[in-house]
Amino acid sequence: MLIEQLINGITLGSIYAIVALGFTLVFGVLGIINMAHGEIFMFGAFIGVVVTSTFKGPLWLAFLAAIAVTAAMGYLLERFALRPLRNKQGVSHLAPLISTIGVSILLENLSHHIFGPGNHPFRASFAEISFQIGSITVYLVQIVIFVISVLLMYALSFWLGKTKAGKALRATAENLETASLLGVDVKRTITMTVIIASAMGGIAGILVGMAFNSVTPQMGLSIGLKGLAIIILGGMGNVKGAMAGGLILGLAETFVVVYGDSGYKDAIAFAAIIIILLIRPQGLFGQKISA
Amino acid sequence: MRKQLKKFAQFTALSSLLVLSACGGNQAAGDEDGESSGGVVKADIGVISYISGPGAAYGEAITNGLKLAQEEINGKGEVKINLVVEDSAGKQDQALTAAQKLMNSENVTGIIGPTLSTEMNVVGPEADLNGVPIMGTSTTAEGIPQIGDYVFRNSLPEALAIPAAIDKAIEKYDAKKVAILYGNDDVFTKSGYDTMKKAAEEKGLEILTTETFQKGQSDYNAQLTKIKGLKPDLILASALYNEGAVIMDQARKMGIDVPFVGGNGFNSPEVINIAGDAANGLIVATPWFGEKEDDKVKEFVSKYEKEYGKKPDQFAAQAYDALYIMAEALKNAGEADRDALRDALAEVKGFNGILGEFSFDEEGDVVMDPTVLVIEGGAFKEFN
Repeated sequence: MLIEQLINGITLGSIYAIVALGFTLVFGVLGIINMAHGEIFMFGAFIGVVVTSTFKGPLWLAFLAAIAVTAAMGYLLERFALRPLRNKQGVSHLAPLISTIGVSILLENLSHHIFGPGNHPFRASFAEISFQIGSITVYLVQIVIFVISVLLMYALSFWLGKTKAGKALRATAENLETASLLGVDVKRTITMTVIIASAMGGIAGILVGMAFNSVTPQMGLSIGLKGLAIIILGGMGNVKGAMAGGLILGLAETFVVVYGDSGYKDAIAFAAIIIILLIRPQGLFGQKISA
Repeated sequence: MRKQLKKFAQFTALSSLLVLSACGGNQAAGDEDGESSGGVVKADIGVISYISGPGAAYGEAITNGLKLAQEEINGKGEVKINLVVEDSAGKQDQALTAAQKLMNSENVTGIIGPTLSTEMNVVGPEADLNGVPIMGTSTTAEGIPQIGDYVFRNSLPEALAIPAAIDKAIEKYDAKKVAILYGNDDVFTKSGYDTMKKAAEEKGLEILTTETFQKGQSDYNAQLTKIKGLKPDLILASALYNEGAVIMDQARKMGIDVPFVGGNGFNSPEVINIAGDAANGLIVATPWFGEKEDDKVKEFVSKYEKEYGKKPDQFAAQAYDALYIMAEALKNAGEADRDALRDALAEVKGFNGILGEFSFDEEGDVVMDPTVLVIEGGAFKEFN
């Protein structure tokens, strides 16, 4: 029983971590909290549903389509909601935050109209594959989710730390003007960042759809808020922090249910976050963006 | 405050004017209408329904059911009913205005509606005060018939439906231990949980654990794994169908194969659409089952389909029976008088309608055996 709950917690935590990675990337570079990230994640899940259920397409196609659509949404978000506000005189530093909140509301309502309210099941035969160890049922999806989250974390760490593009990104995060003076194409770097973050949200969306067989237009909001809490817990803009924070929150939520009262699930999980932040205000791995 | 007072004063003045004019105009009409002539009771029944706005589908089903019943009743010739339909648009103030308009017309003997419990909470006391019998056909909230002597309903409250489903499930599966799962951020599912808990305690069931979830949650694995470890005979789940279907899907995936008992919010064909085979084993109680092996039900369904081009839902069926109950009471009262109708309604016992055998208790609330359904092989079936 304990092992099963451990698997539940790690699965949930891995999903939180992937969502948080997208948050942390955008925050690390732009210093913006992208409130639309949860809704982009939700769109990724819906694209998965449409491809696999409506068009009976294969799963790999669902992943490709979701990545393509969410990446395009990331581009549009950057181009029309963030870029016009950058480097303008008299624009409040809160303006980009409000702008992303606007986009998130727009996307939620849009998905209501396109996909309809209510739950949409995710029918993929891949999600049905499971194996039995004693009395414990483990679904392949649960393992895949964990592996993908770890892979994404390492790939991001490597990319930020070792590649030229990653170094350019970190330079941009350090100081926009200086990086631009040193020959970094700041505009391109920022656009790339938002696109990559959004595509990661899309991947997370499909994984959630497969793991829980539940996709609704409202799913973005709650997971978005949790992603936000995680990056604060892990240290704003820190890749490993996002991963660790995601796992801590996922396991904390699960074990509150196991040993306590499921009615206090969120309350206790978030109380734990507040306590950790009181002890380490900069977050677990807190620094500005780092590998 | 002052503004409100002024509004109230204007309103009172206006409504008293209306009463006066209604009285004035009625003297001539009174002779030909509203009186029994040659054994036939003629009466106007006011209808307040949710005809426009986001919930217009409810009002449509309700008025369709009423009109079908009206045709049949008038065709039999014992009672002649004239329906005066008013729109409430699902709003309390508009429902009250509509009710006042109907109550101020002397010809209206009784009222059917309004659609929502929130509307009834406003309209009910007013009707009771004016001595106009009123019957809700879709108001399931706690305390509606308790508003007053003149307030009735024929819509099955959850407090009756859930225990009936639990009873049958206990009988069939010899259940002794249950786990309860409910949404704790919704008034409807919370009150369903209260009913479940009470019913389980009354039946002497052992409640192994009570788990909660929130609306729109997608991961129920932690709660379900815990429930699985406790090995209950039944799971009582007070959930709306959206969450409920996902819960069943995840439960079946992890190997929980015991039946689920749900409330009215769980009772939807959407459960089968969302959860597929995982929905098998869901037990719900419902006042209306369209596939029932019953001549009255079959006749109603085919007539309704022919007339309106779709299958009748619970709202149409409840409205249909409500008008028949009204007609029965009018016949027994022998005249189109508000007080006589109230007394006759209160006496209705063992009325045999499409919902089954129906009686009012002393408070004007529903006494009936709901139909218990179970999902088997991807369809709702009667549970025996």
